[in-house]
Amino acid sequence: MDAWDRVEIARNPKRKTSLDYIEKIFDEFIELHGDRQFKDDKAIVCGLARIGKQNFTVIAEQKGRTTKENIERNFGMPNPESYRKGIRFMKQAEKFHRPVITFIDTKGAYPGIGAEERGQGEAIASSMLQMASLTVPTISIIIGEGSSGGALALGLGNKVIMLENAIYSILSPEGYASILWKDSSRAKEAAEKMKLTAKDLKELKVIDKIIKEPKYNIDVLKNSKDIDSDSKKIEESNTSLSINESENLKENVITQEESFIKVSEDLKKEILKTIKEYSKKSPQEIKEERYQKFRNMGEYQII
Amino acid sequence: MIVDKIKKREPTAKRMQNKVDIPVGKWVKCDKCKEIIYKETLRENLSICPNCGGYFRMHINKRLESIIDEGTYKKFDFNIDTTNPLNLDDYPKKLKSLREKTGIQEAVSSGIGKINGEEVVICVMDSGFLMGSMGIVVGEKITYSIEKAIELKLPIIIFCVSGGARMQEGIISLMQMAKTTSAIEKLNEAGLLYISVLTDPTYGGVTASFASLADIILAEPGAMIGFAGQRVIEQTIGEELPEGFQTAEFLLEHGFIDKIVERKDLKNTLAKLIELNRN
Repeated sequence: MDAWDRVEIARNPKRKTSLDYIEKIFDEFIELHGDRQFKDDKAIVCGLARIGKQNFTVIAEQKGRTTKENIERNFGMPNPESYRKGIRFMKQAEKFHRPVITFIDTKGAYPGIGAEERGQGEAIASSMLQMASLTVPTISIIIGEGSSGGALALGLGNKVIMLENAIYSILSPEGYASILWKDSSRAKEAAEKMKLTAKDLKELKVIDKIIKEPKYNIDVLKNSKDIDSDSKKIEESNTSLSINESENLKENVITQEESFIKVSEDLKKEILKTIKEYSKKSPQEIKEERYQKFRNMGEYQII
Repeated sequence: MIVDKIKKREPTAKRMQNKVDIPVGKWVKCDKCKEIIYKETLRENLSICPNCGGYFRMHINKRLESIIDEGTYKKFDFNIDTTNPLNLDDYPKKLKSLREKTGIQEAVSSGIGKINGEEVVICVMDSGFLMGSMGIVVGEKITYSIEKAIELKLPIIIFCVSGGARMQEGIISLMQMAKTTSAIEKLNEAGLLYISVLTDPTYGGVTASFASLADIILAEPGAMIGFAGQRVIEQTIGEELPEGFQTAEFLLEHGFIDKIVERKDLKNTLAKLIELNRN
C-alpha cells in the first residue's frame, strides 16, 4: 500500500469520526458547548468523559457523517471559536486535574474572511500554548486527516497516537504540490515524498505509537455506498482472484465495523496504559517531559 | 537605456517578490509607485521609497543596523544546518545557491545587542531566504534564542517575516510551531518580556505560533499579516477579498496587534516599551 492509498482511506467519508470513537471508547460522554466569547463552532466537539473511575476532558475535531452534518460542522474545518472552546476546556482540565484527550481529524483550519478577522493564527497559537502549559497528561490521537496548523493546534500530546491509515502532514498533498511545484495535480507524487504515513512519522519521532488497523479491502471501501454492502462487495471482488489469493484476502479482510471495534478497544487500552504511566509522575515532570519531547523535534547538524 | 535594463531584470525581481533590496545592480523599482530608485538612496532611507513612502523588505543586516546600537550586536555562536528530513534531491543545492546569493546562512539571524542602551536578545528573519519560511534551522534558532533570553534574564524581540512553515522540510517544519510555542510557555513562566514585530509578509505557521504569542505585538504600516494566504481564501470562498484585508491596519482594527509603528520610530518605540516594562 502506498502513501496515496492511505490518503484516500484517511479521507474516506465513511471513515469513523471522533464522535464514533468517543462513544465506543468512553463509558460516558457529555458534550458541552461554546467558547463563551462568540459562538459554538461545531468543527470541534468538547466535553467530559469517563472510563471506569477515571474522568477525562475530551477535545475533538469532528467531520460530519452526513451531508447535513458536514455543513453544520464546516466539513471538520475549525474556525477560531473552535480552538477557543478547546482552550476553555484545557483550562478546566488543569483546574480539576483531569487528563486531556484530543482527537485530530481535519483538512486544516478554515481559510475564510471571518476566520482571519477573528484571528485564526492567534487562536491556533494560543491553543498550542495552552496545551504546552498543562501539567495534566495530554494524549493526542490522529484518527483520519491531520493537516497543517489546524491539526497541530490539538497535537501537543505527552503521547501522540496515530491510527495506521491516518495521515499527518504540513499541508494537504494538493496544497504541497501547488506550493512547491505550482501544480496541484501532482498530489500523488507529493504524498509519497511528504512522509505523512504513520510508519514514516514514527521513524521521524513525530508520533509515539501506531494503532494497527485490521486490513480491509481498500477498493471495496472506496466504492461502497454504505457500510452494509461492504461484505457483499468483498465477496464479489474475491471471485476474480485465484483461490490462493482469495483465501489469503478473506483471512485479512474484515468489515469496517469489526475493524472499528478492534481499533477502539486498542485505543482504550493505550489511553488507560498511558494514564497509568503518568499517574506516577508529578505535574511538573509531566509538563517538562512534554517540553523536552517537542523541544527535540527536528535534527540539525552543527556547521 | 536604463529602463531597458530594468525591464530585463524584472523576472528576477519578481521572483524575489519585487521588493527585496538585494545587492544586484544599482537601481530598483518601487512595487507601489513604480518609480525607479537609486539603491543607495533607498539604503540611506531605511529601505523606504523616497517617492511614495512604500516599504521595501529589509535585509537582516540592514534591519539590525536600524535597530541595534552600533557595535553592540553579538551574533550567537550557534551555526547549524538542516538535515533535509524529506531527503529532497534539489533542496541542499537550493540552500547553497541562496547562501551565495544573499550572503546569509538561513532565514533568521539571532544574537544579543543593545537598543538605546537596553540589552536584548534579538531575532531577525529575512524574506530573501525562501520567503523567511520556518524549517528546522529557523525553529531551532528561535527556540535557542528564547532559552538564551531565559538564561540571561533579558527581554526578547523577534522581527517576523515569513511565508509560514517550510514546505521542503514537511512535517518537521510543522513541528517547529509546537517547539517555538513551547519555548514561549517557558518564557512566560520566567516572567520575561517578549515583543514581536510583524513585517511584510507574516503568514501561516509563523503567524500561528510565536509571532502571535508576544506580550506586545507591533507591526509596520501596510504589512500583510494572516494565517491563510489570500489565493487559498479566494479559491475556498469563491469571491474577491475586501479592500485592505489582512493588512496591519486591518489587524489593528480587529484587535490582533497592539500598535502600528513606522520604521523610523521602531527603535525608539522598542526602547521605550522595554523601559516601561521594567519591574
